Amino acid sequence: MTEDNERNGTAPDRATPDGGARDDGGRPGEGTGAYDAAAEREGDAGTGDRGVKAEAPAAGPVGARQAGRGDAALPALGFKGTVRWVWTQLTSMRTALFLLMLLAVAAVPGSLFPQRDSNPEAVATYIENDPAAGEWLDRFQLFDVYSSVWFSAIYLLLFISLIGCILPRTKKHWQAMRTPPPRTPARLSRLPEHGTLELDAVDVADDGGRSDAVMRDAAALLRKRGYRVQERPAGEHDGVASVGAERGYVREVGNLVFHISLVGILASVAIGGAYGYSGQRILVEGESFVNTLVSYDSFSPGTAFDETDLEPFSVTLDDFDVTYDRETTSSFGQQIGFDASVTTQQPSGEREQQELRVNHPLRIGGASVYLVGNGYAPEVTVRDGQGNIAFQGPVPSVPQDSVFTSLMVLKVPDAQPDQLGFVGLFLPTAGEVNGVGVSLDPSPALPQLQLNSYYGDLGLDEGTPQNVYVLDTDTLTELNSRTLDAGGLVINPGETVQLPEGKGSISFTGLKRYVGLDVHHDPGKTPVLIFSVLALTGLAVSLFTPRRRVWVKVREDAETGAASPLTMEYGLLARGEDPRLEHEATELRALFQQQWSTPHESGSSRADD
Amino acid sequence: MLPVINEQLGAYSDLFMLLAAFAYAAALVVFAWDLAKSNATIRTIEQEVLREEAEQLATVGGPAPSRPAGRPVLVDESMAYTAASGQRNLARIAVVLTWLAAVIHTVAVVTRAIAAARVPWGNMYEFLSTGALLVALVYLIALLRKDLRFMGVFVTLLVTVMLCAATMGFPTPVGHLVPALQSPWIIIHVSIAVLASSLFTISFVASVVQLLQHRRQARLAAGGEDRLPFLRLVPSAGALENFAYRINAVSFVLWTFTVMAGAIWAEAAWGRYWGWDPKEVWSFVIWVVYAGYLHARATRGWTGVRSAWLSIVGYACIIFNFTVVNIHFSGLHSYAGV
Ligand code: HEM
Repeated sequence: MTEDNERNGTAPDRATPDGGARDDGGRPGEGTGAYDAAAEREGDAGTGDRGVKAEAPAAGPVGARQAGRGDAALPALGFKGTVRWVWTQLTSMRTALFLLMLLAVAAVPGSLFPQRDSNPEAVATYIENDPAAGEWLDRFQLFDVYSSVWFSAIYLLLFISLIGCILPRTKKHWQAMRTPPPRTPARLSRLPEHGTLELDAVDVADDGGRSDAVMRDAAALLRKRGYRVQERPAGEHDGVASVGAERGYVREVGNLVFHISLVGILASVAIGGAYGYSGQRILVEGESFVNTLVSYDSFSPGTAFDETDLEPFSVTLDDFDVTYDRETTSSFGQQIGFDASVTTQQPSGEREQQELRVNHPLRIGGASVYLVGNGYAPEVTVRDGQGNIAFQGPVPSVPQDSVFTSLMVLKVPDAQPDQLGFVGLFLPTAGEVNGVGVSLDPSPALPQLQLNSYYGDLGLDEGTPQNVYVLDTDTLTELNSRTLDAGGLVINPGETVQLPEGKGSISFTGLKRYVGLDVHHDPGKTPVLIFSVLALTGLAVSLFTPRRRVWVKVREDAETGAASPLTMEYGLLARGEDPRLEHEATELRALFQQQWSTPHESGSSRADD
Repeated sequence: MLPVINEQLGAYSDLFMLLAAFAYAAALVVFAWDLAKSNATIRTIEQEVLREEAEQLATVGGPAPSRPAGRPVLVDESMAYTAASGQRNLARIAVVLTWLAAVIHTVAVVTRAIAAARVPWGNMYEFLSTGALLVALVYLIALLRKDLRFMGVFVTLLVTVMLCAATMGFPTPVGHLVPALQSPWIIIHVSIAVLASSLFTISFVASVVQLLQHRRQARLAAGGEDRLPFLRLVPSAGALENFAYRINAVSFVLWTFTVMAGAIWAEAAWGRYWGWDPKEVWSFVIWVVYAGYLHARATRGWTGVRSAWLSIVGYACIIFNFTVVNIHFSGLHSYAGV
C-alpha cells in the first residue's frame, strides 16, 4: 500500500515510525524485519514523538526530491508518470489524514447556518433579514452545505483515496495470508519477550530426532492458541528445529472490512437518495390519506423517483389522544404522550386497526409513516352575504407555543358577493392577561376563536400557489379587528357571529385535532444498516486483535546423547501496540511448562530488563 | 401509563449531588497538595528506597540494582504501582476522598432515577451529573489496576466542574421525558454516548499530561532545568501516548456505536436516519476527528505531539457539542437540552 510506496521510494531503511506497527515492508521470510521492529520498539520508549527520527522524504515516484532540495519544479514525468504521481499522492496516508480533517472542518458550517434541506423557512428568513450576507452565503452554498460542490468534492476525493487504499491492501493481505510466518531470527533473546526452558523429562518417540518431536508439539500447542504455524525441522535448518508462528491476520481483515463498509454506506446513501421519496401531510381526525402525489401537502422525490413507486396504501385517523403532565410543577401541562388510532389499508386491500405514536412509525407499503406534530382544527361554518354556506369543515391551526396558542387562517373564495378571509388565534383554554387573549393551558378546556375578518379579492383565482397559513391582506378590506369599531371576532363553541355590513356570518361548531404525518421511503436504509454493522464489527476486530509473532527453537546437545536435556528457546514480537504481549509470554511459558512438566524457573525475561 | 414522579426524593437527590461536588472538590485540593509537595515527597521516597536497597545489599549481598543510583523508579512505564508509590500518603487520602464522593454521587444519581421512575438521562442536568459519575467511576476503576494518581487533579477538577455546571447552570427538577425520548433507545444510545465521552475525558487528560511531559523531557534533554518537577510522578510521554491511544481506541468504537444507535433511533423517531441536524453534524465531526487521530498514529510524522493535539481537538469538539450545540443551536435534539 501507500506506506510502502513512501518507504520504497527513498527511505534508506525500513525503519517504521511506530514501533513496528506497520513493518509490513519486512517481507515474510526475510527475517530481519523482526529485528528492525524490535529495535525500534526499544528505541521508542521514552520519546513522545516517535515519528520524527524516521521522517523520510515524501514519496516522489522517481525520488525526485532527493535530487533538488527546495526545488519545487516537478521532474518531467510525462502524462502517465504524472497520473501515477497524482494517484500516489491521493492515496497516501497523509492525504487521507488531510482530507479527513478537511471533511471535519467542512461539515461545521452546516450547523452554523440554517440548511435548506432540513429547514427551508429558516433559510428564507435568514436571507430576508440580511440580504447582503445571505446572497454571499448562498453563492458559496452555505445553506446547502451537504450537497455543495466543495463538500462533495472533499468526500469524493476521500473515497477515491480510500478505494485506492483498499485495493492494493486487499491484494497484499491476500498474499500475506498465504505466506508462511517469517524466518526464525538467529537470536531470540533480542525480542521484547523471550525465555528459555530446560526440558529434561522429554519422552518422545524417536522419529527424526527428539528436537523435531518437541518442536512439533510446540507447533501444535501454538496452533491451538490461534497461531498460524510453520514447522521447521532440524534437518532442513542447520540443525536447529524451530517453529515460526503468527496470529492476528484478522486484524487487517477487520480493517479492510471496515473501510470497504464505509464505501458501502456511501453507495447505499446515494441509492436511497435517488430512489426514495418523502412527503408531509396534515390529517384531521376522521380524514383519510391515500399515498398518491395529490394527497401530499408537500413532497420531495429523489432524483430517480418515479410516480409508480408510490404504493397506494391509505391511512385514516380515527382518533388522536394527548396525555398532559399534571404531576410536576416545572413542566405542568406539557404534552407527554401522543396516541393516534389509525385504520390502515394495505395496497392489497387488507385493513387493520393500528396505533401510531412517536417512536412507533407505521411500516406500510414499503414506506414508513411518522407522527411528527399535532394541533387543533376548529370546525367552522361560514355563510356568505347571500346566506349560503360558503365553507364548512375543520381548519388546521398552527401552534405557536407550548400552551398551543394557535394561528388560524381561513380563506373563503366561494363567498358571494365578496370573498372572505379570516386570520387570528385559536385558544384551547382561553384567558386574558393585560386585556389580551392568551391560552392558559394546551388542553381544550375553554376553547375560543379570536379572529379578524376581511373581504375582497383573495387573489386565489390567478392560479399562483399560496401558502394556506398566510393571508395576504394587502388587497383586502378589514371588517373586524381590535382597532375597528366593530371589534375583533370572539367566538365560543356553538356560537355564531354576524360579520359587519351584512357580509355573512361565522359559526364555531366543533373542535377536532389533527396530526402532522411524514411519509418516508428510503430503499438505502437496510443496506446502510448492514454496512454499518459490518463497519462496526470490522473496526472492533481491527482495533482489538493483537498481531503477534512467536518463534520457538529446540536445541539438542549432540555430544551428551539421548538422555541429555533439551533446550527450548522462545521469543515473542508484537506487531503494533500490544500491552498484553507480556501476558501472552507468561501464558505461553506456563503452557510449555505444563506440556513438558518442567518446574524449572529458568530465564524468562523482557528484552528491556 | 406514565410513571409517578416523586418530587420529594428528587429534592434529596439534588442535595446529595451538591454534597458529592463538595467531596470531589476536597479530593481535588488534596490531589493538588500531593503534587505541590511532590518535591519533598520525591526526596523522602528516594531516600527511603535507597536505604532499603542498601540494607538489602548488605544482608543478601546480591548483585547491585541495574538502575542508576539515586534515581529510583517512582512511576512505572506500564503505570503499575511500585514499592515506592505506596508512600504518597496525601495521594492515598485523595483517592479515598474521591471514592467517598463517588459513593455519594452514585446515591444522588440513583435516587434521581427512582424519583423520575426512568433512566436519568433526559436533560442537561442529568447528562452532566451521570456523565461526571461515569468519569469518576472509570477513573477509580482504572486506579485499581494502574497508578494513575498523577491524573487525579485533572480528573477531580473536571468532575467538580461538571457537577457545578449541572447544579448551578442547569438545575432541572425531576420530570417526565418528552415523547420523542420515550424509547428503549435512550438507554442504549445515551448510556454508550455518556460512557464514550467519559473515556474520551480520561484520554484527553492523558494527552494533556503527555504534552506537558513531552515539553519537560525536551527541556531536560536540551540540558534545561526541570520547571515541572512534579511530572517526575508522571510516566514518560511515550507511555502516556500509548495509554491515551488504548482508551481512545475503545471510546472510538463506543462513539461509532453511539452514532449508529442514534441513527437507528432517529429513523424511528423522526423518519430519517441522518439529517445533518446540528447535533448530528457535531457527532460526525467528533467521529471524523478521532478517525483522524487513529490515522495520525499510523502516519509518519504525525505520531506523538501532533496526534495528542488531535485527541485534544476531538475532546474540545465533544465539549462544544455538549454545551454550545445543546444550548444555542436549534434542531431536533433541542428538547434534550436545557
Ligand atoms: C472515509 C474515510 C476514512 C475513514 C472514516 C477511516 C477511518 C479509519 C479508522 C477509524 C481507522 C482505525 C481503525 C482500524 O485500524 O481499522 C482506520 C485505520 C486505517 N486507515 Fe482509514 N479511514 C478512512 C480512509 C482511509 C484512507 C483513504 C486510507 C488510505 C490512504 C486509510 C488507511 C488506513 C490504514 C492503513 C489504517 C490502519 C492504521 C493502523 O493500523 O492503525 N483510511 N481508518
